[in-house]
Amino acid sequence: MSGVHVTTTINGDAVEFVCNADEPLLDVLRNRLGMTGAKEGCGTGDCGACSVTINGRLVCSCLVLGAEIQGAKVGTIEGMAKGDKLHPLQQNFISHAALQCGICTPGFLIAAKALLDKNPDPSEEEIRFGLAGNLCRCTGYDKIVRAVQATAKEMRGA
Amino acid sequence: MPLDTNFTNQKFKQVGTRPLRPDGVDKVTGRAKYGADYNAPGQLIALVLRSPHAHARIKKIDTSKAEKLAGVKAIITSADLPDLTAGDRGMRDMLENCMARKKVLYDGHAVAAVAAIDQTTARKALKLIQVDYEILPHVTDLDEALKPSAPVIHNDIFTEGVEPKPTKPSNNNKRASFGHGDIEQGFKDADVIVEHTYKTEQTHQGYIEPHACVANVSPDGQGELWVCTQGHFVYRNQCAALLGMDISKLRVTASEIGGGFGGKTHIWTEPLALALSRKANRPVKLTMSREEVFRCSGPTSSTSIDMKIGAKRDGTITAAHGVLRYHGGAFPATWAEFGAMTAFACYDLKNVKSESIEVIVNRPKTAAYRAPSAPMAAFAVESAIDELAKKIGMDAVELRIRNAAKQGTKSSYGPVYGPIGIGATLEAAKNHAHMKAPLGKNQGRGMACGFWFNFGGQTCCDINVTPDGTVTVAVGTIDVGGSRASIGLMAAEELGLPYENVRVVIADTSSLGHNDMTDGSRGTFSTGLATIAAARNCIKVLCARAAKMWDIPEDAVVWEDGHAKPAGTNAGNFPPLSIKEIAAAAGNTGGPIAGHNELVADGAGVSFATHICDIEVDPETGRSTVKRYTVIQDAGKAIHPSYVEGQYQGGAAQGIGWALNEEYIYGKDGRLQNAGFLDYRIPVCSDLPFIDTMILEIPNPNHPYGVRGVGETSIVPPLAAVANAMSNAVGIRMTHIPMSPPRVLKAISARKH
Repeated sequence: MSGVHVTTTINGDAVEFVCNADEPLLDVLRNRLGMTGAKEGCGTGDCGACSVTINGRLVCSCLVLGAEIQGAKVGTIEGMAKGDKLHPLQQNFISHAALQCGICTPGFLIAAKALLDKNPDPSEEEIRFGLAGNLCRCTGYDKIVRAVQATAKEMRGA
Repeated sequence: MPLDTNFTNQKFKQVGTRPLRPDGVDKVTGRAKYGADYNAPGQLIALVLRSPHAHARIKKIDTSKAEKLAGVKAIITSADLPDLTAGDRGMRDMLENCMARKKVLYDGHAVAAVAAIDQTTARKALKLIQVDYEILPHVTDLDEALKPSAPVIHNDIFTEGVEPKPTKPSNNNKRASFGHGDIEQGFKDADVIVEHTYKTEQTHQGYIEPHACVANVSPDGQGELWVCTQGHFVYRNQCAALLGMDISKLRVTASEIGGGFGGKTHIWTEPLALALSRKANRPVKLTMSREEVFRCSGPTSSTSIDMKIGAKRDGTITAAHGVLRYHGGAFPATWAEFGAMTAFACYDLKNVKSESIEVIVNRPKTAAYRAPSAPMAAFAVESAIDELAKKIGMDAVELRIRNAAKQGTKSSYGPVYGPIGIGATLEAAKNHAHMKAPLGKNQGRGMACGFWFNFGGQTCCDINVTPDGTVTVAVGTIDVGGSRASIGLMAAEELGLPYENVRVVIADTSSLGHNDMTDGSRGTFSTGLATIAAARNCIKVLCARAAKMWDIPEDAVVWEDGHAKPAGTNAGNFPPLSIKEIAAAAGNTGGPIAGHNELVADGAGVSFATHICDIEVDPETGRSTVKRYTVIQDAGKAIHPSYVEGQYQGGAAQGIGWALNEEYIYGKDGRLQNAGFLDYRIPVCSDLPFIDTMILEIPNPNHPYGVRGVGETSIVPPLAAVANAMSNAVGIRMTHIPMSPPRVLKAISARKH
């Protein structure tokens, strides 16, 4: 099978791979690059567990083709912490018990970071709508929203 | 070992605090490995061919074309899974659910499976398998399935529990009855009677992680299974039985689990992956798609419930009678029985009867869903009680307080209660600020109570002291939502060690004795008991070693604050020995230091909750929004309060989704119409408010810390609490769940005309 050769940047690292023309980015990340932090909850863009950023834009990686990220800058959960220092969102998700099973957590963290990058001081409603593309079945979202609120406050230095 | 259960003035150093969960960093960095995150070298990818028909006879399956496709390494049908169940009906049903035998019984029922070098090849192979079906009449509605005219799904099912035994097969596999007193007299004594039929639609647990496993069976007959499950020991036992393997030859390792809520207490595709691996002599990875998760893994029952409750004008309930019909999907089950047992458990009733009718329909085999069967029964009972309060002109909370069960009450399902928390949750609700807050236009408030048994069961735990004095705790119950933290807290509490010095791991099935599943809210209760007992056994060994080091009798040593100390001045004047010092000397005092425990955890404490809900309804569209929600529940003892709150909030959110939106929609053709998260809509972040929680602690006398288990009760009241709020908002009694916008709008317009 003839594949598509792609050169891209993931979490700041130069990456090359060959994938099928119809292969979703999620499958490339998980099956070809061994980056299993993005999860497949539905494969149809309804659950957000596979969230990544492409050139800063939040997307469901199951709805993007691997071939589309040629020359792009991709951000995944594996690149969120800087060395051994967790991103404040990661730290607050743990300290606020904002995860139970944790399968949706990578997607929520990517989506929450994308939200705070654009809007450092979101209202509760803006957080709730900003995260409405990510499904969590365990928490009822209560502690997730509180973790994001706490992070926003912390990052604003308030 | 008898455990000290005297918790009067019990002071904890660590239990009840909120340390960080030990698996937190792995889970926020993407490192944690879930079912689909593992790959074995040389693995094949498996896919399952599923029936498009709700009910059909399989005349022929032709796999020859698919077998010839390059890259296909194995294909299996029921012929590759001979029936080894030796008359065990439950196991045979499990086998037949994993792979259809003579008939397909629901849309999505597996008929064949393929293992190929990649997904593309496997997908092509599925298309080349030809199945010749003879389509049979089907029935997907449970009330329809009970009619004499309904197609009979199994011709060897004769209703159990009726006399004389029926001579004709039917879709009603069992009837049962619970209660006491004389309901006929009770209804005669009533001043007011409420009677309604209530319906709830079928919902799915909706875990975000689809079922996934990697099976690896070697030619020597040994096998390994990596799988997301709520009970790897049970999966092991069942898979080994269905495949004819010795249990010890199959080692199952549980992955991290991406939600289960009961849906991962049943085997689905795991035996198929093992059979494919055995046939292909290669590791096989099998992951369900989301569509498959909906079509063929574990939804809960839909129900139809006749409820009749009578009371005196002063609010005393004189009689209660329920007839509860639940379906088990395409196989016999006892879900209605659970419903009948839980229905009236919150109340102290003189005359009560609840009858269960189990129904079989052409839908997927139903699985447990968090306090299985209790939410629907509570919906019927709590709706009727609310209406009763209205008819009498009494406050809904007051009416419940008047009739609440208490210590010494004979429950409707038999046992006499010990100390319980229903009264306390009701009093807390009555006095809660939420109850007094003003309501806006188009808003309504409702409340409801709920009950769950909580389970115990077989459990074991190994504690090993490492050479540096830190310890590992190996348990066999899956951590579905933070239990490693609560187990770690209990071990640290007993041993007197810092929480950080205790590492809790979930052992694989070859490293620990059998453990029942993480279900029935048993994790923290049962594994907690085993952990506490193992820690106390470990302390005995530590004290014996200290005695040896001091050369004094073993019983002259006590354990305090993580140190061995001489028991009084007669024992000698030695400075305390730390666990670190004792561990370092272990090589000279008898070898590695450990504590073990194996037990059947008896005495799980029953659990009660009261919920309060405010809802706002748009009268133009029927769309509703929950504005405020409060959960009050008895935890017995909250080991890690954050994760107790999390269980309360999560159960409430699932219940709200069930009450307002979620439902399986079947077409006339018997096919599921909404097998995806777009059309089966679970609550999203913008649908919900913050969910307030209040933890009450009425100790369970059968646990040394008083733990009851908290995971399930929280989903029991919401259907009724939301329905009561909705009924109060729109002024019409809502009797059909979910109260989706079309259903609410219909009720509103029916009132206008």
